[in-house]
Amino acid sequence: MSSVTQKKGFGAHVWDYLTTVDHKKIAIMYLAAGTLFFAIAGFEALLMRIQLMFPESDFISAGLFNELLTMHGTTMLFLAATPIIFAFMNAIVPLQIGARDVAFPFLNSLGFWLFFLGAVFLHLSFFLGGAPDAGWTSYASLSLYSPGHGIDFYILGLQISGAGTLISGINFIVTIITMRAPGMTFMRMPLFTWTSLVSSSLILFAFPPLTGGLFLMLVDRMFGANFFDHTMGGNTIIWEHLFWIFGHPEVYILVLPAFGLFSEIIPVFARKRLFGYSSMVFATILIGFLGFMVWAHHMFTVGLGATANAIFAVATMAIAVPTGMKVFNWILTIWGGSIKVTVPMLYALGFIPSFVAGGVTGVMQATAPLDYQLHDSYFIVAHFHYVIVGGIVTALFGSAHFYWPIMFNRALNPKLGALTFWVFFIGFHLTFFIQHFLGLMGMPRRVFTYMGGQGWDLFNFISTIGAIMMGIGVVLLVIDVLLSIKSEPVNKRDYWGDGRSLEWAIETPLPFYNFKQTPLVRGYDPYWIEKEEGNKEGMVYAEPLGEIHMPNNSILPLIMSIGTFIAAFGALYSPWGDQAQAGATHASPAVSLALIIGGLGLTIGCMIARSFKDDLGFHVTVAEIEAIESDLAHYRATGKKGGNK
Amino acid sequence: MMKGLKKWRLFSLLTVMTVFLSACGEDYLSTLRPAGAVGKEQLNILLLSIVIMALVVVVVSTIYLVAFFKFRRAKLGENHMPKQVEGSHTLEVIWTVIPIILLLILAVPTLNSTYKFADVAAMDEVDEAGNKTALTVNVTAKLYWWEFEYPDLGIITAQELVVPTGEKVYFNLIASDVKHSFWIPSVGGKMDTNVDGINKFYLQFDKESVGLNDGEGVFYGKCAELCGPSHALMDFKVKALEPAAFDAWVAAMKATEGQTASADSADVGEAAFANSCIGCHAVSAVAGSGVGPNLTTFGDRNRLAGFMEHSVEETTNWIMDPEKYKPGNTMTGKYNVSPEEAKAISEYLMKLTVEK
Repeated sequence: MSSVTQKKGFGAHVWDYLTTVDHKKIAIMYLAAGTLFFAIAGFEALLMRIQLMFPESDFISAGLFNELLTMHGTTMLFLAATPIIFAFMNAIVPLQIGARDVAFPFLNSLGFWLFFLGAVFLHLSFFLGGAPDAGWTSYASLSLYSPGHGIDFYILGLQISGAGTLISGINFIVTIITMRAPGMTFMRMPLFTWTSLVSSSLILFAFPPLTGGLFLMLVDRMFGANFFDHTMGGNTIIWEHLFWIFGHPEVYILVLPAFGLFSEIIPVFARKRLFGYSSMVFATILIGFLGFMVWAHHMFTVGLGATANAIFAVATMAIAVPTGMKVFNWILTIWGGSIKVTVPMLYALGFIPSFVAGGVTGVMQATAPLDYQLHDSYFIVAHFHYVIVGGIVTALFGSAHFYWPIMFNRALNPKLGALTFWVFFIGFHLTFFIQHFLGLMGMPRRVFTYMGGQGWDLFNFISTIGAIMMGIGVVLLVIDVLLSIKSEPVNKRDYWGDGRSLEWAIETPLPFYNFKQTPLVRGYDPYWIEKEEGNKEGMVYAEPLGEIHMPNNSILPLIMSIGTFIAAFGALYSPWGDQAQAGATHASPAVSLALIIGGLGLTIGCMIARSFKDDLGFHVTVAEIEAIESDLAHYRATGKKGGNK
Repeated sequence: MMKGLKKWRLFSLLTVMTVFLSACGEDYLSTLRPAGAVGKEQLNILLLSIVIMALVVVVVSTIYLVAFFKFRRAKLGENHMPKQVEGSHTLEVIWTVIPIILLLILAVPTLNSTYKFADVAAMDEVDEAGNKTALTVNVTAKLYWWEFEYPDLGIITAQELVVPTGEKVYFNLIASDVKHSFWIPSVGGKMDTNVDGINKFYLQFDKESVGLNDGEGVFYGKCAELCGPSHALMDFKVKALEPAAFDAWVAAMKATEGQTASADSADVGEAAFANSCIGCHAVSAVAGSGVGPNLTTFGDRNRLAGFMEHSVEETTNWIMDPEKYKPGNTMTGKYNVSPEEAKAISEYLMKLTVEK
């Protein structure tokens, strides 16, 4: 690191990414991995929609369809939306709070590798004898009944990946609480940082129930335990509770940062301060809290009784109030502003009505007696896609355009971006609006086929056309990204001209230590304040130029993750459980034990090695900082390399 | 805004919604065209909630569009600097209170109906003679078919539920293998069939099913919970008969007591059935729960296996290879019959009827 003008070959670059603890590089890895899984899950969705385009179609088989619907849901929520949210949290949160990295850079890397190897493990199921097929909810009676190893892949893959998510969540809580620049009080934190904090806290409380539930199911399947086997005194409803105690907050884990991203985009392109900042913060916390209290609204038809249903119905409706506050605050931010319709703003503008539509159907389902009709019908499919695509995916696409200059020092093409938006947005409404009616007309969800003449044929056909348009939209976005590689570097601060928070105050490309001097935050929207006062430097500093302490790179997180990955194979092919007795492929006890002990041993060995090594990081001297800064300035002026990268 | 205007808007919106929505879907399947008290009440809540929600969407979208078109930079000039407003307590209070009021309006019927639909106390009521006053049906969901037992009448059937109109019919719901969900969309909301215990609820059938769907004469029932490869094919049908016709049907069902297939029968189909099928399938409605669907009313049925055409030819195909039509079913490989036998069995099954 100390050698500024070091030249690197391809192998060195790969090694750099495998060992990096730099939050900006981890962000890029999260973005790349998340996009890969987003594409896979989107392709799965397209296959399902093609199957449902016509009644009694035999494009794909019933068994494969169930695998696709399971993997589509699981991948989209755990392996696409979550990592892409983490990509933006990693890329932006440290910059927004004026930090040089996250609190635990080593854990940040470990979180990524666990997520990634867990995701790879889950996807290997397609090649190793069948993917999970019991839905992303994996309800216990069906998942215990499911033959083969599909469900084992689900349990083990999510367990590993979930550990990564939990680690990352804790990391962000600590980072945001302890690493804010001087002057950045809690009530001066940008909304995206706020929502990241609340979302990370939700991760902290929501993932352990999932971990526990997955563990019980793992023991059921691996060793023939009977936590969920009702014939042996187990109870399948407990799985439903455990799953939804995790599963409902999960939606808010994803959508709150999406709200935060829009709260960054809208003020910039309205050239106006976010309206009602304190009520936005309050609403975020309230949504986070209520998000935990309402899991049983997924279980109105399970038979919990009238009182439980009534309580959960009213509690669920209450969420509409803080969410409504947010929507009005966004609109009032636009009101009286000066709106510039850029690509990120297009997504924000498209988001507001789409999300309101998704939100109000949520209130309809909260109405328990009405939910008896809506539950498990296509109405539900329409509702949650309105929330997840209309809320989260638009946020991710919009933010990709918004933050591309900071993350890659390149801009995406605005014309292609607008085209992508319109194709995707129209396709999205075409696909899902009509599904509300399919549900009301009696079509259950998760069906691989339907008989003709039940009044569903035309609507299903239209829905598929919409899905194809969404697919084309995503392909256009990928083309846009590929074109941006060859485009001119941005080389400036405040790409959009109206940036308000700290991340816009640094000139791109960013040095690896972010801020050469920690900024002093003098109010909400600190960079805007400096611009108002005509500060050409961008910031006021809280410290003189001095040595910067940075963490060392490490390969250990990757090796630790590989250890769990190996152990998971041992558990998967365990010879002791019901699956093995029922004839599913299994390893000999010796091989299985060797894999489990060897894999976990590798992981634990790395932990021991790490705990014995006093890794204090390194210091960047003032001379080195000056050299890096002058190299970067040289690069920005001439476009010639010679910088630290 | 004037109060009168608001009311007028609400009313017209409601009317438009009703007309628009009732044109949606088929009357034997759509939740928008209910044929029973439960479904009607659910539709009313649906309409109320849609009207409230549509109002919200319209108001929000209007403010949003006005804000957007009024304050575009293209219109205001590139250098226009808006006032940096912090917020407004008055406005924030307004848009906190209004949603709360709207939700309260919705919460009242919600709570009311939740308790009403869960009230199954009448299930165990008896008259002076000690007979149950309400009709109870035990529903057992299996891979991938439905068993309907009438415990107080001592009869059992499968795949086609027969109920009287004009009274509450109570259901005990359970699944015997994995979780399913019992749903007759046009009659009322669903209830899960768990493996762990019995769920109870009621539905009311106010309309006879005769004449529905160009003479098909049945309501459609669905399984709403993912239960394996053939989840989509786990359909059932419901015949709602006026009480007299229902009583006649019950009597005919009871009269099948002791009916069985004889291996010595001159009917080749009956003999083959007796040799290969009787182990799982009963042909008497008083026989109790069996491994496979009770076939006493096979000839009266509307569909084969819940979704296939009800013909000798299709039945033969089904017997020869059920896996092809319902993947993952538990019938495949349990017997061995030749194509000729299968055809004879199908012809025999078509003669099993209590209605003709």
